[in-house]
Amino acid sequence: MTVATQGDLSTLTSKALHQLIVNKDISVMELVDVFLNRINQYDPQLNAYITVVQDKARAQAIEVDNKIRSGELNHPLAGVPYALKDLFCTKGILTSCGSKMLSNFISPYDATVYDKLNQAGAVLLGKVNMDEFAMGSSNENSYYGAVANPWDTTRIPGGSSGGSAAAVAAGLAAYSLGSDTGGSVRQPASYCGISSIKPTYGRISRYGMTAYASSLDQCGPMARSAEDMALILQTIGGFDVRDSTSAHVPVPDYSATLNEPLVGLRIGIPKEFFADGLDAGVAKVIHEAVEQFKRLGATVKEVSLPNSHLSVAAYYVIAPAEASANLSRFDGVRFGHSCDAPINLQDLYERSRWEGFGDEVKRRIVIGTYALSSGYYDAYYLKAQKIRRLIKNDFVAAFNDIDVLMGPVTPTTAFKIGEKSDDPIAMYLGDIYTLPISLAGVPVVSIPVGFSDNLPVGLQIIGDYFNEAKLLNVAHQYQQVTDWHRQSPSQFTGA
Amino acid sequence: MAISKAEVVKVAHLARLAIPEDHLEGYTHIISDILDLVAQMNAVNTDGVLPLSNPLDATQLLRADEVTETNQRELYQSDAPRVEEGLYLVPKVIE
Repeated sequence: MTVATQGDLSTLTSKALHQLIVNKDISVMELVDVFLNRINQYDPQLNAYITVVQDKARAQAIEVDNKIRSGELNHPLAGVPYALKDLFCTKGILTSCGSKMLSNFISPYDATVYDKLNQAGAVLLGKVNMDEFAMGSSNENSYYGAVANPWDTTRIPGGSSGGSAAAVAAGLAAYSLGSDTGGSVRQPASYCGISSIKPTYGRISRYGMTAYASSLDQCGPMARSAEDMALILQTIGGFDVRDSTSAHVPVPDYSATLNEPLVGLRIGIPKEFFADGLDAGVAKVIHEAVEQFKRLGATVKEVSLPNSHLSVAAYYVIAPAEASANLSRFDGVRFGHSCDAPINLQDLYERSRWEGFGDEVKRRIVIGTYALSSGYYDAYYLKAQKIRRLIKNDFVAAFNDIDVLMGPVTPTTAFKIGEKSDDPIAMYLGDIYTLPISLAGVPVVSIPVGFSDNLPVGLQIIGDYFNEAKLLNVAHQYQQVTDWHRQSPSQFTGA
Repeated sequence: MAISKAEVVKVAHLARLAIPEDHLEGYTHIISDILDLVAQMNAVNTDGVLPLSNPLDATQLLRADEVTETNQRELYQSDAPRVEEGLYLVPKVIE
């Protein structure tokens, strides 16, 4: 290899890596080996990967090298190695959802997003760690153990897509697909200093993405730049006949509008995102980022999302309720964990589920079942859905006279492993800035915009329904004049 | 406490979760704490507000009623814990 050292390669964007392949500076096989070697070397410190598909990746690399050489494949992601959160179904590969319940589950089919990436010639390196069934904000709720933050390995990487964020930040994958129900791509991306996008609900097919809360779940690319996210979303977005909630809305050319200038962009700053509880160091970094947008020609005004403070309450009814229904499929009969020597059918169900699910998942199943049970439905689930309407209406009103909203992703930077693991309520309250957006179903990008006490800080850029192109444009313009997205944790750079 | 131990037992049964006796106290506490947290919804007047079940207010898509999947019983049953002659095995339910 003459172009770059291994360390350099691991910090390049997907776009740059693909260019090296096209220029014949490196083969797909060489590139895949660079990443596989790095996973071997560095992942023991991070625990980002649950499964590494070394042989499959190499076989795919040979195939993609041949197809690129013959001209059969010229997709911009062809040959670029990536990782999937372990809730995307991948035929013949363990799909554990971070749970003991599925620790023996070899998926019999492919998720639509995996299928689309295969067709594009993207090379899967493996499946990455996550909070069990995507329930958590720290990646500590995984049957496969906690994941470390590459910027400080005593800290959490965020969750639930913690393995995805740690792998991309440490250069153990060029990008990753996570899933976001209440902030699960944005929060870990922010804590690990990478970029992410949670598109509009329905933008990307959920077929083969294991369900947590079906009215909220959305796949989200996590990458090293807005430009990369435009390529990934382009590849995996769009209507899918296999997902009855996927949106029948055309997918625009996201890369085509990245370079539009931001002069005249109207930014709204929701005052509720800067209230008590926001760490002063995080606030300072966010304000500096907003100033940068002013220098790019944007105008800024304060707006209000008056019902956003109700998001935690509404979310922790709606999401558990839907989860309790989705997770009722685990019965110890058809797939997943099954208890030993059941004495009768009820024992088989009850013990398999008690043994197979972890603490947080069981808590949410109980809460959700309670909220849906006879006599409580109106007071909890229906009430939460009405509040969800009020929260959505706040966003609709805000977008009448602004183009994008901006604010912090989280109130603090990444906390220590174990710091909140005994206090679920404290963990839930940390989701305060990501939940309103999830409940409204609007699209949002998060990008790294600086550091507070040497830990990354993320900015959310929120847009109107199906306006992902604008968000990617805004994020890209910021990344053209700053280099926060190019920072890498020194412990993991180098060959 | 927003919820009693007896109610937790009842809900756990509805959810088909065998919470062992020595975990019951802990569950009751944490479930109560979560219910206290979500109780702030009660302070909001939502009279006349339509519930939002889909953020796009989308309705269920329908398709023609035709066969689109082929039979892959053996593949699907390869993940099952107990299978015999193409059937899933469960404990005896009829004496």
